Amino acid sequence: MGEHGNGDPQSDAVIRAGEGKSSGHAIDNPGLPPHRPRLADVDEKAAKRAERQVSALFLISIIGTVMFFVGYFVVGVTAGDLEMLRLQNTLLGLGVAFAMLGIGLGVVQWARALMPDHEVIEDRKPLRKEEDRAEAAATINEIVDETQIKRRPLLRNTLIGAALLAPLPALVVLRDLDRSEDFGVERMRHTIWEEGVRLVRDPTGTPIRAADLTVGSVVHVVPETLREISEHGERLAAKAKSVVLLIRMQPDDLAPVTGEQENWTYEGIIACSKVCTHVGCPVALYERQTHHLLCPCHQSTFDAAQQFKVIFGPAGRPLPQLPITVDDEGFLVARSDFTEPVGPTYWERG
Amino acid sequence: MSTQSLEPKYTEAQYSEVDQYQPATRTGRISNYVDQRVGGTGLVREFGRKVFPDHWTFMFGEVALYSFLITVVSGAFLTFWFDPSMASTQYEGSYAPMQGVEMSTAYATALELSFDVRGGLFMRQLHHWGALMFVMAMAVHMLRVFFTGAFRKPRELNWVVGCALLVAGLGAGFTGYSLPDEVLSGNGLRIIDGMLKAIPMVGTYISFFLFGGEFPGDEVIPRLYSLHIFVIPAVILILIAVHLFMVVVHKHTQYPGPGRTERNVVGYPIGPVYAAKAGGFLFVVFGVLALLAGLFQINALWNYGPYDPSPVQAGTQPDWYIGWFDGVLRLMPGSIGDISLEFVLPTPWGGNSVALPVLIPMIPIAVLLLGLFVWPFLEAWITGDKKEHHVLDRPRNAPGRTAFGMAMMVWYFVMWGAASSDLVAVQFSLSLNDVIIWLRVLFFLGPILAFIITKRICLALQRKDREIVLHGNEAGVIEMLPHGEFREKHNRVNDYELFTLVAYESPEVTPARPNAKGKVSLLEKSRAGLNRVFFEDRVAPVSREEYLEALSHDHHESSAALPAAASAQLESSKH
Amino acid sequence: MKALSQQRRHPLAAVALLLVGLLLTGGLYAAATSVNEAQASNVPDAYSASDVEEGERLFVANCATCHGINAAGSDAGPSLVGAGAAAVDFQVGTGRMPMQMSGPQAKQKPAQFNDEQTMQLAAYVASLGAGPSVPEDEYLDTSEGDISRGGELFRINCAMCHNAAAAGGALTEGKFAPALAGVESKHIYEAMMTGPQNMPEFNDSNIPAVDKRDIIAFLKNNESQGVPGGFALGSLGPVSEGLLIWTLGLVLLIGSMVWLTSRSS
Repeated sequence: MGEHGNGDPQSDAVIRAGEGKSSGHAIDNPGLPPHRPRLADVDEKAAKRAERQVSALFLISIIGTVMFFVGYFVVGVTAGDLEMLRLQNTLLGLGVAFAMLGIGLGVVQWARALMPDHEVIEDRKPLRKEEDRAEAAATINEIVDETQIKRRPLLRNTLIGAALLAPLPALVVLRDLDRSEDFGVERMRHTIWEEGVRLVRDPTGTPIRAADLTVGSVVHVVPETLREISEHGERLAAKAKSVVLLIRMQPDDLAPVTGEQENWTYEGIIACSKVCTHVGCPVALYERQTHHLLCPCHQSTFDAAQQFKVIFGPAGRPLPQLPITVDDEGFLVARSDFTEPVGPTYWERG
Repeated sequence: MSTQSLEPKYTEAQYSEVDQYQPATRTGRISNYVDQRVGGTGLVREFGRKVFPDHWTFMFGEVALYSFLITVVSGAFLTFWFDPSMASTQYEGSYAPMQGVEMSTAYATALELSFDVRGGLFMRQLHHWGALMFVMAMAVHMLRVFFTGAFRKPRELNWVVGCALLVAGLGAGFTGYSLPDEVLSGNGLRIIDGMLKAIPMVGTYISFFLFGGEFPGDEVIPRLYSLHIFVIPAVILILIAVHLFMVVVHKHTQYPGPGRTERNVVGYPIGPVYAAKAGGFLFVVFGVLALLAGLFQINALWNYGPYDPSPVQAGTQPDWYIGWFDGVLRLMPGSIGDISLEFVLPTPWGGNSVALPVLIPMIPIAVLLLGLFVWPFLEAWITGDKKEHHVLDRPRNAPGRTAFGMAMMVWYFVMWGAASSDLVAVQFSLSLNDVIIWLRVLFFLGPILAFIITKRICLALQRKDREIVLHGNEAGVIEMLPHGEFREKHNRVNDYELFTLVAYESPEVTPARPNAKGKVSLLEKSRAGLNRVFFEDRVAPVSREEYLEALSHDHHESSAALPAAASAQLESSKH
Repeated sequence: MKALSQQRRHPLAAVALLLVGLLLTGGLYAAATSVNEAQASNVPDAYSASDVEEGERLFVANCATCHGINAAGSDAGPSLVGAGAAAVDFQVGTGRMPMQMSGPQAKQKPAQFNDEQTMQLAAYVASLGAGPSVPEDEYLDTSEGDISRGGELFRINCAMCHNAAAAGGALTEGKFAPALAGVESKHIYEAMMTGPQNMPEFNDSNIPAVDKRDIIAFLKNNESQGVPGGFALGSLGPVSEGLLIWTLGLVLLIGSMVWLTSRSS
C-alpha cells in the first residue's frame, strides 16, 4: 500500500455494517487523555482574575438594564418621529442585549474558568432487557384476555363501527368554515364585470376616456360597480377577481386575431385580468417597448401584443382578456364579463 | 377468585420514617419539603450528575429551544395589542404616510404596535428575528444530526419527532408571516390559495374552507391567528417535550475519540458545569436576538400598505424557510415548447383541469420532506445496519451518506436560491430569465455534481487521515540524510489523536442476497444497488498490521525517537 | 380617501357620491386639459430661438448618430419628434443619454451635459413637435403633497416594478426598474410623464399633476423620515433578512458556541 492507499479490504479493520465488531482498530482505545489543569486551578491569581472578569460581565449586564430604562423612559418619541423611534429601538435592543449577554457570558465564563472541568465517564444503561420485554408482552396479553375482546366479536365489531363514525361530527362541524351563501364552484366563473360597466381607475375611481390614454400608458382598473358592494369581505373578494390592467399600444403592434376576439380591443387599447393564471399574484409589470407583462412573484411573462400568451415562466395559460369598447360619452366600458374564469387553475374549471 | 392479601409490601417503619426525618441543612429542608410531596430527590439523583458530552455542534438544538422560548414570550407581548380582525377601519395612528388610509384592524394594530406602543417595535422585531433563528437552528441541528449519523438506532423515532418539529416550525412561521394583513403577506396567501386550488378534486373546496368563501374574504386572518398562537405552539411544545424526553432516555451521542466507546458517555456532569453553560447560553441566545432586533429592521410592514388584491411589489418573497416552496414554483416551466403543461382531463361531466405547472413542483418538496422523515429507516435498510450507535460518524468516514446529504442540500439550495431570482438578477446585473434557466439546469445537475465531488473530498480526507496515522504530520522541516537524500520530517501524532483517526468502520458492499425461495427480489436488487452507491468507493481505516509495519519502518530508518506510547505498542506487539 | 371610503358603506349616499365623483372628475379633466394646453403653448415662451439653435448644434454633434439628423430616428434609436422637453431633460439630465453602449437598458450615470446644455437640447427637441414639457415648480413642491394619498397611488401604480420601498426590481431579460432614492423630484415627474424606455407613461389624465406631486411627496417623505427599526438591509424584504440570519446570526451563534465549549487556558 502506498502512502495514499485505500487500505487492505481483507484486513481485520474491515467490518461490514451490522456485524457488531467494534474492536479491531489499529490501536486500542487509550482511554481519556490525562487531565491538564487550567491556569485558574493552579494559580490563585488567575482564579482571582477570572472572578473579576465574571463580575465585570455581570456589571455590564446591570449597565444594559439601565440602558433599557433610558431608552424606554428618557427617550421621548413624539408621534411620527422615526429618528427618535430608531434611537429608542436601538437603546432597547442594545440594553437587552448587554443585560442578557452580560449574564450569559458571565455565567459561561464562570463555568469555563472556575467550575471543575474534569471529564466524567458515565456508562450507558442497556435500553432493552429481554425479560422486561417478555414480562410486558405477557402483561399486555393478560389485559387483552381479561377484556374478552377476542372471544366476543360482536363487542369488537360494534365498537369498531362506533369508533369509526364518532370522529365524523368533528369533521362535519367544520362545514360552515365556508360562510358564503352561494356554496360551490360555480361562483368562480363570474366576476362583477358585465356589459356596459365602466372601467375606472384604482384607487381614485375615475372613469377613463379612450382619447386620454396615450400609447404606452397602463391603467390599473376596477369595475365601476365595485364601490357599490358595501360589505368589506365581499368587496375584497369581488375585487380579487375583477382587477384589470388596461394597456394602450400602437394598434399595429397587436397581433391580428380572428373571430369574436377582433372586437375585444379598442384602437390599440387592450385589457386583461391582473390575476396570474399560475397561482394568482397580480401581474402588473408592463414593459411598453417589448409589451412583456411580468409577474413579480414567479416571473411568468405574458406578451400583451399576442393576447397575453405565456412566453416565459411557470404560467400555463394566457391571462384572460376583458372585452372592451367605448360608451356614448367616450368612456371605456366592458363588453361583457370575462369569457373564462380568471385566476389560477382549479380542478372544476374544465 | 382469590381474596387479595392485606400483607403490606413495605413495613410501617418505612412509611413513618418520612415524617420523622429532620434535615440538617437549609438545602436539605427544601429538598425534603419537595420530596415528600412530589418525590423530587429521585430527579436530582438522576439528573444532578448526568453527563453531557461537550461539543460546539451539539448546541444548535439548544439554540432552537431557546429561540422558540424567546419567540413565545415576545409573541405573548404582541398579543396584548394585536387584534387579528379583518374589519375595515381607518388608520389614525402616528405614522404619517398611512394616515386616513382604509385598512383592516389587523394591519392597523400591527402599525400601532410598531409606532405607538413603547418597545412594541423592538418586541415585533425580536419576535420575527427569533422566528427566523428558531427555524434556522432547527435546520442546522438537523444537518448536524444527519451528517454525524446521530439519527441511527436507537434514535430513529426522535429524528422523526424532530422532523415533525421542523414542519410545525414552518407552519408557525408562515401563519405568523401572514397575520399583519399587508400587501406582501397577502400576496403570499394568494399564492397559497392558488396552490390549494391546483390540488385535484378537493383543492377548490379546501381553499373555500380556509378563506371562508372566495379569496380573500374577511375570515382568514383570525383563523390563522388561532393556529399561530394556540394550535401550532401547543403542538410544538408537546413535540419538544417528547423530543427532550427521548434525549434523556437515549443519553447524548458523542464524537469518536480516546476514552469514548459505544457503552459510555464522556462529558461534563449537568451540575454545575453543564447546567451553567446551558443556562448561560439561553441568555447568550437572547442577547444575540436582542442585538439583531435593536440594530436591524425586519419586516417593515408599513412600507407594504394594507392588503388589497390589486397592488403587488417587486421582490415579493416569503421568509427564508418558505423560500424553497416559492423557488421551486419559479423554476417550473409552464409549457415545454409550445405544449402547455396545463390540460383538461376529459371526464363524463365535462372535464377537469390539471395544473401540472403547480403540481409538479410539489414533487421535489414532497420527496425532500418525506425523505427527511423516512431517512433513518431507509439508510438502515440500505446498509443492513441493525446495531445501536452512540458514537458518531465523522462525516468523512461515511462518504456515501455525506455525499448524499450534500446532494440533497444542493438541491434544496437551488430551490431556495430560485426564490430570490429577481433580486439576484438586479444585484448582479444579470438577466432574470438567464438566472432561472441556469437554476433549472442546476436543479438537475447540482445534486449529481455535489454527490460526486463530496464523495471524492471525503475519500481524500480519509486518505489524508491514513497518511497521518502511518507517517505522522508534516513538520515543515526538510532534513538531509547522511547519504545526501532530502526528506521532510514527519511528527508522529500521539495515541489520543491517533485513535480518533482510526476508530471508525468502513463497511463493504453487501451484495444482493437471495430470499427464502432462492430468488433475488427486485426490492433486494435495488437495495443492493443503493448499497453499492454508498459503499463501493471506500478507504479502510489503518489496520493494526499496517500501523505496526509503519512503526517498525520508522524505527529502523530514523534515529528520531518514537513517542512513548507508540514504542510501547510496538514492544507489546512483539510478544 | 377618507370621504370616499366612508360613503362606500352608505349605499343611500351612492347618488351623491356619483355626483361628487362626476364633478370631481370633470374638474380634474378640465385642470388636466388646461395644463396640457398650457404646456403646449409655453414652449416658444420658455425657450429662446438661440436655445433651440444651440440645442440643434449639440444634437447633431452628440445624438444624431443614433436618433438621426432632424431627430427622425434610425435603426439605433427612436424618433424624438414629439418626445417633448421633459423626455430630454430626464434622459440627458440623469445621464442615461447619450448611452454608453447598447444594452437591455440605458443606465443612470453622471450627466454628460450641464444644465444649460440640457435645457438647449430640450428646447431643440421641443421645437420639433409638441410633447410633455419640463414640469412647473408648483407640482414639485412636496410640502404641498398629501403623502398618504401619494402612498396609495404609488402602491397601485409603481410598487410592482419599483418595489414598495422604492428599492427597485427586476424586469425581463436584464432590464430593471431602478431604485428611486435620491432621484430628483423633477426627474421622477418627467419619468411618469414620458415613460422612459420600458416604463409605461402616466400622463396627466391618468395620474393628474397634483397626484404626481402626492407620489413625489410620498417618496421624498420616505427618504427623509428615517428608518425606525435599525439598518434597513436594502429594504429588500425577507431575502436580505434571511441572508442576515444565516450570516451574521449564524456567525454570532457559532462564535459563542465554540467559545462556550472550548477549554479555558
